[in-house]
Amino acid sequence: MGSTPVVAPEKTREDVLIEEQGFDDHFHDHHHGDKFQSNFITKYVFSMDHKIIAKQFLITGMFWALIGAGMSIVFRLQLGFPEENFAWLRPLLGNWIMVDAEGIGTLDPQFYYALVTMHGTILVFFVLTAGLSGTFSNLLIPLQLGARDMASPLLNMLSYWFFFLSGSIMFASLFLSTGPFSGGWTAYPPLSALPQASTGSGAGMTMWTVSLVFFVVSVLLGGINYITTVLNLRTKGMTMWRMPLTIWAFFVTAIIGLLSFPVLASGFFLMMCDRGLGTSFYLSEIFVGGEALDYVGGSPILYQHLFWFLGHPEVYIIILPAMGLVSEVLSVHARKPIFGYKAMVFSILAIAFLSFIVWAHHMFMSGVNPWISNFFVLFTLIIAVPSAVKVFNWITTVYRGNLRFNSASLFAVGFVSMFISGGLTGLFLGNSAIDIQLHDTYFVVAHFHIVMGIAAFFGMFAGIYNWFPKMYGRFMNETLGKIHFWGTLIGAYAIFWPMHYLGLAGVPRRYYRFDTFDAFSHFGAMNKFITVAAVVVFALQVLFVINFFYSIWKGKKVTTRNPWGATTLEWTTPINPGHGNWPGKIPTVTRWAYDYGKDGKEFVSQVEPLAEGELTDGEGAHH
Amino acid sequence: MVALSDKKTVGRSKIHPLKFLLIISCASIMMLFAGLTSAYIVRRAGGNWLEFRLPNLFFINTVVILMSSVALQAAYHYFKIGKEKLYKGLLFSAFILGLLFIILQYQGWLDMHAIGVELTGNPAGSFVYVISGVHVAHILAGLAALTVALVQAFSLKYTVTPRRKLRFELTLIYWHFVGFLWLYLLTFFVIQS
Ligand code: HEM
Ligand SMILES: [Cu+2]
Repeated sequence: MGSTPVVAPEKTREDVLIEEQGFDDHFHDHHHGDKFQSNFITKYVFSMDHKIIAKQFLITGMFWALIGAGMSIVFRLQLGFPEENFAWLRPLLGNWIMVDAEGIGTLDPQFYYALVTMHGTILVFFVLTAGLSGTFSNLLIPLQLGARDMASPLLNMLSYWFFFLSGSIMFASLFLSTGPFSGGWTAYPPLSALPQASTGSGAGMTMWTVSLVFFVVSVLLGGINYITTVLNLRTKGMTMWRMPLTIWAFFVTAIIGLLSFPVLASGFFLMMCDRGLGTSFYLSEIFVGGEALDYVGGSPILYQHLFWFLGHPEVYIIILPAMGLVSEVLSVHARKPIFGYKAMVFSILAIAFLSFIVWAHHMFMSGVNPWISNFFVLFTLIIAVPSAVKVFNWITTVYRGNLRFNSASLFAVGFVSMFISGGLTGLFLGNSAIDIQLHDTYFVVAHFHIVMGIAAFFGMFAGIYNWFPKMYGRFMNETLGKIHFWGTLIGAYAIFWPMHYLGLAGVPRRYYRFDTFDAFSHFGAMNKFITVAAVVVFALQVLFVINFFYSIWKGKKVTTRNPWGATTLEWTTPINPGHGNWPGKIPTVTRWAYDYGKDGKEFVSQVEPLAEGELTDGEGAHH
Repeated sequence: MVALSDKKTVGRSKIHPLKFLLIISCASIMMLFAGLTSAYIVRRAGGNWLEFRLPNLFFINTVVILMSSVALQAAYHYFKIGKEKLYKGLLFSAFILGLLFIILQYQGWLDMHAIGVELTGNPAGSFVYVISGVHVAHILAGLAALTVALVQAFSLKYTVTPRRKLRFELTLIYWHFVGFLWLYLLTFFVIQS
């Protein structure tokens, strides 16, 4: 090893098994793996070690989560308290707070739109895609498959740095004098395609597009690596059907990303041509200030197709990794095999497939032929079937288990709750007739925040609390974790439940204020309530961040290899694994990942050979 | 590059991980063009569409890029069996043909311009410019890889190591892919008009 030799503090049964039956790939005979991380820069900054890259994704994701959520607090203040004096925000937001002669400050409406847009973009792409999938795919794919690292550590490193570059560009755009892009996270033309359409459509939109193109590069570099690693670098005995559900989820997520993100990129290319070269892909017969522009024959709907062909799979790119984490966490802490392992895998595959043929449910109101809409209604509603299979299996896994109530398992259970609540409202929206009323209202906002926003965050939290010991060799504080969970669960429902009512009453999304509309002004109190809940929930997330960083340095130390008593391979590595993950041979596997409560044993590690006559891979397991 | 993937993985995998990685990257590039060409179909169905003849050069160019592919394949063959001269000569021809492809594509765009099909006019023309332009960008990436291969061929002592063979195969796969891509695009344009 390099500068920090890894000393095994204890010799566990797993160590002995790996020594006896592990696979010797002569990894430590060669030292070329380590000359690349012999100093601080190569070890922590331009690291090629998947574990470090995972932490980089996580911490960058947390940085963006705070920014993105902070923005939502600002625009929630505007919605909850439109009459309030916001002059005190001037030190933070500068000229975006307009102060009148009496010293009363109001949020610039243009900036309100910029905030909403940035909030969506940041949360969807930087936090819930890069921060979630980037973190856990990197951490767990090699560790749980018994690989030394990713297939191409170099591309893996580049994946992070492209993400970093993408984020830096987006961050810089926040400081433009004309403001960042403000046309919504979906960037529909003409607001996006026409630089003069609004203040944010100029330089702001240019930087937004460039940033997201780099983001697509990052996702693709990561994704091709994840897929290759899963298919090529599994250790001996690790058949596909023995992989933990986390890996299945990351694997399928990467495939979806690989097939859908390039299509988004193609949409962006055409957009760039419209903006920079004067083509008319999305623009047609437009008058600005009474003057006709040169554009002829473009179609803004074309962009919507290209966007949502990515956009809908994207929501599953966000939720599938969370589902994988939740499946694993629930099984480990319920001390029971996951119920219906194969059904879980097939429902992941079914969801992935269906996610490509439902995109137009976002366009029922965009003038799509109603007859064609019928097909999209049908396929959209069919997604409820594999989703319900998963929910049923999670509940059955926990049912009559000895669920250990800790922060990780609580967040996993919370995920299931959120996924059910938000999935149900999806069924309303999936009916094109009902969507006529509900489209672009707060009902949609409530739907996707619960089913995607909160649920994915819960999956991520479950993952962080569960694998923190593997990442940092310490535990996070449990008391703070539980406060974090209960507060966030109640708070999140308090924010988003009322929004369903607003939406049913027709309150449109993306409006700067409602008190000036007779139809909506009586919702003032409800909007105040939502804002207060949002502030509380935000404070709880700050608490989580404090817990996270405090625990990195001061948390309770992990003293045993396998604190949760889990079966999977990552817990057979040393407490602080070095480069290459296992100090000697790599483990070989003889059984699936879910032998919990089997034959009187609480759990059986995947490296434990089969006893004579023992059935494996869940066969004969007592469900 | 950290050579983790150079190591024998557990002896199961039949295909080298980096090769596999390249193949799925090609699949993802394919999706980029699938996106662009399906946008073409959707937009065309919307009417107000200019019909025009593709420049003849596009068809001639197909032969050029295919010849380049064949030359590279042959270079690989001679590289393996130790015919150094043929290997270097063919590698060089593949590169020159690739370069010629780009020049002729540009000439093709000029021909479109000459018959009044402009980049900024009816989307029918814009699509052809942009799609073939994005394709040329991918050819350029291939030429970069070929340049590296050429520099190595003429600066390193000729030996057939697994590492060099792998590098050659990666270049070869990508070059075949972008050639095939042009065939697909041209067929697409022809079928659509
Ligand atoms: C049973 C499952 C689901 C169905 C039937 C469903 C249906 C729909 C429909 C029809 C819309 C469009 C509403 C409109 O704009 O008028 C929508 C919006 C949305 N859904 Fe779902 N959904 C489901 C699950 C999910 C899941 C699991 C996620 C994410 C993980 C998700 C994320 C979103 C997002 C982000 C939007 C709004 C995007 C925007 O307009 O900004 N949905 N959903
Ligand atoms: Cu959707």
